[in-house]
This record gives sequence, structure tokens and C-alpha cells, in this order.
Amino acid sequence: MFDNLSNRLDGIVKRLRGKGRLTEADVDEIMKEIRAALLEADVNVTVVRSVCNRIREHAIGATRSQALDPGQQVVKAVNDELVRILGGETLSIQYAPKPPTVILMAGLQGSGKTTATGKLALWFKSHGRQPLLVGADLQRPAAVEQLRTLGRQVDVPVFSDPEDPIITAYEGVEEAKRLGRDVVIVDTAGRLSIDAEMMEQVRLISGAVSPDYTFLVIDAMTGQDAVQTAEAFHETLEIDGVILSKLDGDARGGAALSVKEVIGRPIAFASTGEKLDAFEQFHPDRMASRILGMGDVLTLIEQAEKAFEADQAEQAAARMMEGEFTLDDFLEQMQAIKKMGSLKNIMAMMPGMPKELKNAEIDDEMLVPIEAMISSMTVEERARPQIINGSRRARIAKGAGVEPGEVNRLVKQFGDMQKMMKKMGMTGGGKKGKGKRGGFPGLGGLGGMKDMPDMAELQEMMGQGGPGAPGGQLPGGFNPPR
Amino acid sequence: MDIQWLFLILAIVVLVFGLGVVVANRRKMDTGQRTELPPRPTPPAVPEREPETGDTLVEEPPVVEPAPEPEPVKPLSLRDRLSKARATFSGAFGSVLGRSTITDETWDDLEEALLRADVGLGVTDGLLEPLKERVKAKEITEPSELLDALQADMIAKLAGSDREVHYDASLGAGQPNVWLFVGVNGVGKTTTIGKVARQQTDAGRSVLLAAGDTFRAAAAEQLGTWAERSNTDFVRGTEGGDPSSVIFDGIERAAAKQIDLVLADTAGRLHTKTNLMEELKKVRRVAEKGAGTVTETLLVIDATTGQNGLAQARQFSEATDVTGVVLTKLDGSAKGGIVFAVETELGIPVKLVGVGEQVGDLIPFHPDEFVNALFDSGTDR
Repeated sequence: MFDNLSNRLDGIVKRLRGKGRLTEADVDEIMKEIRAALLEADVNVTVVRSVCNRIREHAIGATRSQALDPGQQVVKAVNDELVRILGGETLSIQYAPKPPTVILMAGLQGSGKTTATGKLALWFKSHGRQPLLVGADLQRPAAVEQLRTLGRQVDVPVFSDPEDPIITAYEGVEEAKRLGRDVVIVDTAGRLSIDAEMMEQVRLISGAVSPDYTFLVIDAMTGQDAVQTAEAFHETLEIDGVILSKLDGDARGGAALSVKEVIGRPIAFASTGEKLDAFEQFHPDRMASRILGMGDVLTLIEQAEKAFEADQAEQAAARMMEGEFTLDDFLEQMQAIKKMGSLKNIMAMMPGMPKELKNAEIDDEMLVPIEAMISSMTVEERARPQIINGSRRARIAKGAGVEPGEVNRLVKQFGDMQKMMKKMGMTGGGKKGKGKRGGFPGLGGLGGMKDMPDMAELQEMMGQGGPGAPGGQLPGGFNPPR
Repeated sequence: MDIQWLFLILAIVVLVFGLGVVVANRRKMDTGQRTELPPRPTPPAVPEREPETGDTLVEEPPVVEPAPEPEPVKPLSLRDRLSKARATFSGAFGSVLGRSTITDETWDDLEEALLRADVGLGVTDGLLEPLKERVKAKEITEPSELLDALQADMIAKLAGSDREVHYDASLGAGQPNVWLFVGVNGVGKTTTIGKVARQQTDAGRSVLLAAGDTFRAAAAEQLGTWAERSNTDFVRGTEGGDPSSVIFDGIERAAAKQIDLVLADTAGRLHTKTNLMEELKKVRRVAEKGAGTVTETLLVIDATTGQNGLAQARQFSEATDVTGVVLTKLDGSAKGGIVFAVETELGIPVKLVGVGEQVGDLIPFHPDEFVNALFDSGTDR
């Protein structure tokens, strides 16, 4: 598995370091890794070929330049190329001057169209619009019923007529005009791209409602077939944008890249969870790093923003770097992190994680005794754990319902962490905003995050997870899990 | 498990976020709105997925859509059915045959053809490397021999698996067989169950459908429609209710009515959602608690699935001890090559394939037909 392309490339570059500079043969080896990563991510074979050719040119250019770190230059070239293909900007919806704005949803069976339709309605609603849902999928048993349930959940009316999908669609738009709804979203039956009859039906629906936007829903888990599907729909309907569904799994979503490259239409939205508000506009730069298995720091930060008070987190980070982080801070942060979701998911979004850590069985249940122990401490003990003696330890253990040894371990390891953080704070100059630029490979091309220098040290501390030294650079006291 | 790791993770998250905010704020100050985050919808109270809190009763009885009456089962082979889907794959083979010798391009063509079918890089290398050796040793010299050898190797890779869908007839009356259907969202679980129900009732078995998908809106209605079409018993719970208890109730009812076979639907779930996979483990456990015996746990995989299919199979297998795969939607342009990796790496046999919308379009999987269908151009070869 390609857990982290940048780690693998780092491995190669490290091996080659003795040679001073990269040769074309080295680039070839690197390109092999990149190609494998893209294929593993389900990017279409043809697209992989053209992408690799372009990246190769950049990479050769990078070897000729006096770049400090050619490996990272290559990663940056890859990332830049992917971002370029995925399209730099997020699609902004232009509403029809004369309402309603009509949106047609198309896609294969099981791609998640109906769910996406409901989510899109909620999205419009939260943008101050008044959508109407139209159920023109009369094919699948109970599809309209599903849409009605979704409509109830997001509090949006649903129109359907069991007679005929084309009439339903047309009447739906008329109904919206009567009701004064300003956005109409038409759900259509899922179909196989090669089913001529069904494609004709959706073409007729499109003709009946003349949509302002036609969105193609594509499952993020789709393999090579995504291109054929997109082409077939684009020929029939003129797709304006793609909605990428089920992006909350661990699929890399290379299909997004292929589709964008082949039909030249942007990915407009991405569906990222089962809840109806788990639906957002698409960010090409984040997708690029996901395809390459480089984590998704921006999404992580967004999630964190919902969970944390910004000032508080900033202070906590600063205190941590200076080694002044207390158990109280720790408890507070831990509780905020829990709000962000499961630790395992958070880990999956972190770039540059060593494989051992990513694959480690992380169970949120493990937080419970830690919380209990810290909660059983007095204010003074939390600030200065070194004062915890035998009787205090016994009291804390009793309060938390654990063995006294556990308390010991907690205190000791917390001390280790403090030391490590302090060390990191010092190596990082203790100050943000200075230091090496772009030192964090995974973030090389991520717009907006380029100058996050301390991450370089963080990565160093974490170990590169490269083939030679798995977790080898972890600071003392942090051994790989059993 | 070391809590060291927890510390490390928590520390990193705090740091990344703390520093991220610093950077973001600085940039905001520098450049105005450039780091503006996309508007975040504040949703109304949307029901979350909480299995035990289901008292939202579904108000209407199943809505019966006018459904086309299924055609009688025609004995068509997979090869006949897949004729539409073959063009790309066979195109590459055409160019292999078009050359008089085996060249570097030949290998590129073969690799590309396999990758296009979602066979995956690992399996593709595993197929082509030994062939390269054989060509080097002059065992194989002609392009057509090479294709034959590849075809034979692919069939061999899938040979020897038990592809029977098990029904234990020795279980007595009141002890129903249970077939559990699992998979990610949108692969066609419910439809597959509908077809199996029809086929099994046609084969003379009494069947009960248990609507264990209590999550997706109207999933139970969809299954209910199938129950009516195939005239089988049907048990459903409340939307958002506990799937284990729905399936358990279904099995108990089947036992009481001396029904032979329970087909249990489950909600589609991404294999990465730990809590939902735990829920599924519970479903699997509870299904064995009563009078029934789970004789098949079938993982439904969509033929359009890419390399992620392997991860799906691995996770579902860990949670529920999957006994077979149903490969659906093979009638599109997708080839379903991921099953090679699923079979060879995880040893889970493909048992059924779905090649169309009709009841008779769910057919047993035959490796030779499947591979031949990939190779055939529709006319010769």
C-alpha cells in the first residue's frame, strides 16, 4: 500500500544522497513510484501516462537546478501538476436571473445520487435559498420515498408524480415557480452508462427542464471505469460539474482526477460523511494530497476549528513548545480533540505519519482512564506532576479506578512528552515564522500552508517512516507500539 | 497498547492545529480574505445515526412501484451478457496480436489492459513477470501464445475455490439458514437480496426477508417491494432502530413459521467507520443467537469499484467472516478486475455475479467465463 508517497520518495532520495545529485535514471525510479501511487489511487491509466510525462519534465528540470532537496522538488512538481489538473478554483454557483435555478442530478446506480440530492438541498438552504426537490427516479423501488424522507430531514418540500419521470421533472419546475422556490434539484434514476434507453430518458428530462447546472455524481471508490462513465454522461448531457460521493472512506479518489482531466469540468462538491451536512465545496489542493496519500491537513484544521477555541489552541501549542504544557492543558486539548472525531480518522488525515503509527490500533476508549486519572488530580498535581508521591498516587488511582502503576506511567510519559516538545521548541528556534521554508514535504505545494516551518521539525521528530528507519527518529522514550 | 502513542498523537494534533491557526491568522492579516474557509452550513437538527434510539415510526406501508414483471431466466452465459463491455479490454489484445513478435509495446499493452480492468498493479505484475521469464526462455515466442498463456494463468489464479452458495438442508424445521448480506453503500445489496429471494422461492424454498438496513431512508420499503414481488415473508423494524434485533426477530419469526431461509439485509457502510463495523459484528453475533444458523455471509462489491475494493473486503471479512463475494453491475462498462486481488490476497471466492436488472441476471460465477469475457472481442478470439 502506498501510505505516503512523499515518504517513499524520501526513501529513494536518501539512498541516492551519496551521489550528490539526481540523474535521469534516478528520476525514472522516482517516476515509477509516482506512477504506482497514482494507479493505486485509481487514476485512469491514460491520465496517469500523460500526468507522468509532464511530471517527468518538471522533475528533470528540478535535478538540473541547484535545488537543495531534489526529492522534495519532485514531490512539489507532482502536487502542482495534480492541483493544476483538478482545477485551481472552487466552482461558484451562479443563480439564474429568473428563478428558479434548475439543477439536474445524474449518475450511475448506487453512486449516491439521492443522498447527494438531499445534501445539496441542505447546502442551498444554508446559503439562504429555498430549494424544492423533485423525485424523477421512478425506477428503483422506493427511491422517491427515500427522497421524501431526506426532504423531511432537511425540511425541504419534495415533488413527484408516479406517472412519468419526464413529466415529473417538468411539473416539478412549474411547481417551484408556483411555490416561489428559487432552486429546483431534480433527482433522476441511476443508470448504467451503456444503457441507451436510460440515457435517452435522462436526456429528455434534461430537455424538459433545461437545467442551469447538471451535476454528475461519482463514487470516490470508482476505479478505471469512472472515465467511461463521465464521457458517456458528458456526451449526452453536458456535465457542468461533478459531485464526488463517499469521500469519507479510505479510497484515494483518483477518479476525481481522471474525470476532471477527461471532461474538463470541475469537481464541484464532495460528500464526506453520512450526516446530511457532511457535504462541502471541493478543494482541489486538498484532493491532490489525498490522492498522493499525503494527508489532509487543511480539512483537519477546519475540523479542529470547530472543536477548539483558536486562541486557546494557539496558546496551548506555544506552551507546549516551551515545555510549559500542564496536565490541565493536556486534558483540555484532549477533550477538544475528542470532539473532532475518532483518533484513527484524525491520524488518517495527518501527513507524514510513520506507517507504524498509522496502522496502530488506536482506540478512543484508551482515553477514558487517562481522563479519569487527570480528573482525579488536584490543581497543584496537574500543574506539577512531580509532587505526586506514594499516597497521592494511591488516591489518584483509587479515584480513577486504575492501578497505581498506571498513574506512574502517565506521569512519566507526560514528562517524556514535555521534554520532547521542549526539545522541538528549541530546535525550531522556539518561534514560528522563521526557519526553513517548505521543509515539510507533504505540504510542499499546498497553497496556504507553504510557510509552516515548524512542521519540518515535527516531521523530523516523528521520523520519516522511510524504509531504512521506521520510526527511527522518534525521540527517546517513544518506542513503536507492540 | 502504549499510552505513549496517545500522548504523541494528541500532542501532534494540538501542535498542528495550534500552529495552523497561527499561520492562517497571519495570512488572513497579510492578504485579507485569501484563507477564507468555505461557508459552513449550519444544519438543522438532522437525526444522527444512533442505533438504539429508534422510535421514529415509519408512517406508510411499503410503496409499491409499478415494476416490470421479471422475464423468465434465460440460460445466457456471462460471455454473452458481457459483449457490450468488452471493447476496451480486447482493443489492447488486438494490438498485441497485430504485431508479429513480442515487443516492449506488447508488455505495455498487456499491462494497460489489465490495469484498465481494475486488476491492480500488484496482481498485474504478478501475472506478467512469470510470462516475461517464459518469453525470455523462449518458451513462448508468438503473441497469440502469450495471450493464451496469460488467459490460462488468469483462470488458474481463480481456480479451485468453493463457489457454491451454501444451504444446509440438514438443519431441521424451525432452524432456518441465514444468509447475511454486507457491503459499502450503493453496491446493490438490497437488489441482490431481492433477486436471490426470487430465485430461492422459485427453487422451492420458503424465504423471509429481514430489513436490517434501518438507516438509509426508505431502504425497508425497497426491500418490502421485493418481498411482495417474490411473495416472501418480510420483517422490518423502525427507521433508525437496532439492526441486530430486526434480524433476530426475522430469524425467530422464520423459525416459528418453519421458513427455510432468512435473507438478512444490512445498511451499507464504509469499511472505515469503526463504530458501524462494530455494529455489524454485533449483527453477525446476534444472528447466531437464536434458532438460525448463518450459512453464508456475502460481501456485495460493485464491479466499478477500484483498488479500494481490497480494503473493503479485508475490513468486512475481519468484522463478519465473509464467506463469498457477489460482484454486481458487471453489465456496465466496468470489468470488476478487483476480484483477482480479493480472491488471491484474501482467499474470498466470488460466488455470484450480477449482470443485469432482471431476476435471472444474478448468476453463478465461473472463472473461465469471466476471464474469457475479458479476452473476447465478440467475434473471434
